[in-house]
Amino acid sequence: MSIILLIEQALNGLQFGVMLFLMAAGLTLIFGVMGLINLAHGSLYMVGAFAAAATAAATGSFLLALVASLVFAAFAGVIVETVVIRRLYDRDHLDQVLATFALVLMFSEGTRWAFGSFPLFLDKPEWLSGTVMLPFGIEYSLYRLTIILVGLAVAAGLFWMIARTRIGIRIRAGENDREMIAALGVNISMLYTLVFALGAALAGFAGALIGAIQSVQVGMGEPVLILAFVVIVIGGIGSIKGAFVGAILVGMTDTLGRQLLPMFFGLFMEPAAATSTGASLASMAIYLLMAGVLLFRPKGLFGGA
Amino acid sequence: MKRETLLNLGLMAALLAFPLWAYQADEPFLITLTTRAVIFAIAGVGLNFALGFGGLVSFGHAAFFGLGGYAMGILAYHAQTYTPLMEAPFLIEGTKSMPVIWLVAVVISAITALAVGALSLRTTGVYFIMITLAFAQMFYYFANSWPTYGGEDGLSIYIRNDFPGLNTMDPIQFYMICYVILALVLGFVWAAARSPFGLMLGAARQNEERVQAVGQTPYRLYLVAFTISGAITGLAGALFADLNRFVSPTMFAWNMSGEIMIFVILGGVGRVFGPVAGAALFILLEHMLGGLSEFWHVYLGAILLGVVLFARGGLYGLIAGREVAHD
Repeated sequence: MSIILLIEQALNGLQFGVMLFLMAAGLTLIFGVMGLINLAHGSLYMVGAFAAAATAAATGSFLLALVASLVFAAFAGVIVETVVIRRLYDRDHLDQVLATFALVLMFSEGTRWAFGSFPLFLDKPEWLSGTVMLPFGIEYSLYRLTIILVGLAVAAGLFWMIARTRIGIRIRAGENDREMIAALGVNISMLYTLVFALGAALAGFAGALIGAIQSVQVGMGEPVLILAFVVIVIGGIGSIKGAFVGAILVGMTDTLGRQLLPMFFGLFMEPAAATSTGASLASMAIYLLMAGVLLFRPKGLFGGA
Repeated sequence: MKRETLLNLGLMAALLAFPLWAYQADEPFLITLTTRAVIFAIAGVGLNFALGFGGLVSFGHAAFFGLGGYAMGILAYHAQTYTPLMEAPFLIEGTKSMPVIWLVAVVISAITALAVGALSLRTTGVYFIMITLAFAQMFYYFANSWPTYGGEDGLSIYIRNDFPGLNTMDPIQFYMICYVILALVLGFVWAAARSPFGLMLGAARQNEERVQAVGQTPYRLYLVAFTISGAITGLAGALFADLNRFVSPTMFAWNMSGEIMIFVILGGVGRVFGPVAGAALFILLEHMLGGLSEFWHVYLGAILLGVVLFARGGLYGLIAGREVAHD
């Protein structure tokens, strides 16, 4: 296999990983700060993608579409948090799973109601289509490269916010001891809404960026949601750093696995069997990775204690 | 008699009377609908064994449901095409015999539940929920990408499998098979919940340290419970596949795990007969809301949300009172 193809696939894996991080960051923050397991996070991803597709169709501007994805997803997040999620913080995980599963049903069918079952299309803008030449003669999609860079920038911004700003300090304090920071005069319920909206905005943003590569349709959030779960389980729930490492690991494993495993089996099997065996194993690879990590670190790579 | 016992008896009587009435009235569709409810009830009773009695929130029981389904699908497929399942090292042929298929479904799901449980039970809380979910997804994607047995299109079985002395294609006869299995499973779970093992399991759910202090290993109790739970749900999967004469990866899908969980919650967690009430209610809602609107999942979601937020304890909690049976 050519080394160029390998690098190209590695870049695709990185792009996938960076997008997974945007999803997983919100999930892990929400779990870390509020102790809530949120299945509806995939729905917020979908809301972002639909908002972007509808805005792009109405205005023709991709940048406006991205802004819309952030705004609408954050807005949906605020509504969901204040109406439903807020009542779940003191409940056990079973109630949280069920209530947010109910939200997923409502979001999915509601969107189908509003937009129909056919996928919408969100085109990447002209100024981002085409390819760029990278060093060593690698040709790569400009849009995917942009996604990687934007995603990394958002990740850096998030790390900076958590580590350096007052709001970040409060979020970290909230993870450690919520009674104490409430006693110190921080409006804890406002903080919770804010964290939820932040996670929702990140998810919606990821939905819009990916929506331009894939199609925008009902149910697009669930596969990503489950991958994001795998990511935060590998990384350690509540850890942003873990989410980042986990996301890149999962993105790389999945993308490279799909490319390399069929080739690997091709070395000693006939082509058809090699392709099907390789593809089947590749689809399981990240779960095997997760099982492997948990065997040695039951709390994930960066999980506490 | 306690209200819960009355409710149990009423429920089982209704599940017997309704299909017989439908048979008299020549409404085979209603019999099939009730068969679905009974099979879902078995799946729910299986999950409830881990969730209600052991406190193990498994979000991946679709894995066992699907495995049971595929056990039926694969065996019947080979019988239908007259091809052996395996030739070396020894010959395994497909079969159309229900009891054999059930046995295979139970054994395969039990072994898988043992392996999945052994790994997943190293973790607790949210990790456990997500890991069981992820394992089920693993099976889902595997079934999707494995072309031998239909891949994402699934497998069709043209004729329902055989049970000695019965015509299984007759809806009411197939219903009676499912009903008897449900009754047997309920009897088993009822006895297990009152056995020393069941009591110890309940104790471990409430306080692991104390159980350890009297010399028991919670991990081992949980693992046994999880294995039994998976085996029962696998059996339900085999029946479900036989009902539809079709298996597809959707049996492994995460919505399936969610739905099995809904049966348990709607009925009442930790009540032996809870999932039966839950599954019956679910099918009833599906039938009624489905007639109301194409987008009935919106209403289902709203009702589920209402139950979780305001009516904890499900149907049994509402009717029989909250703390009667358990704890």
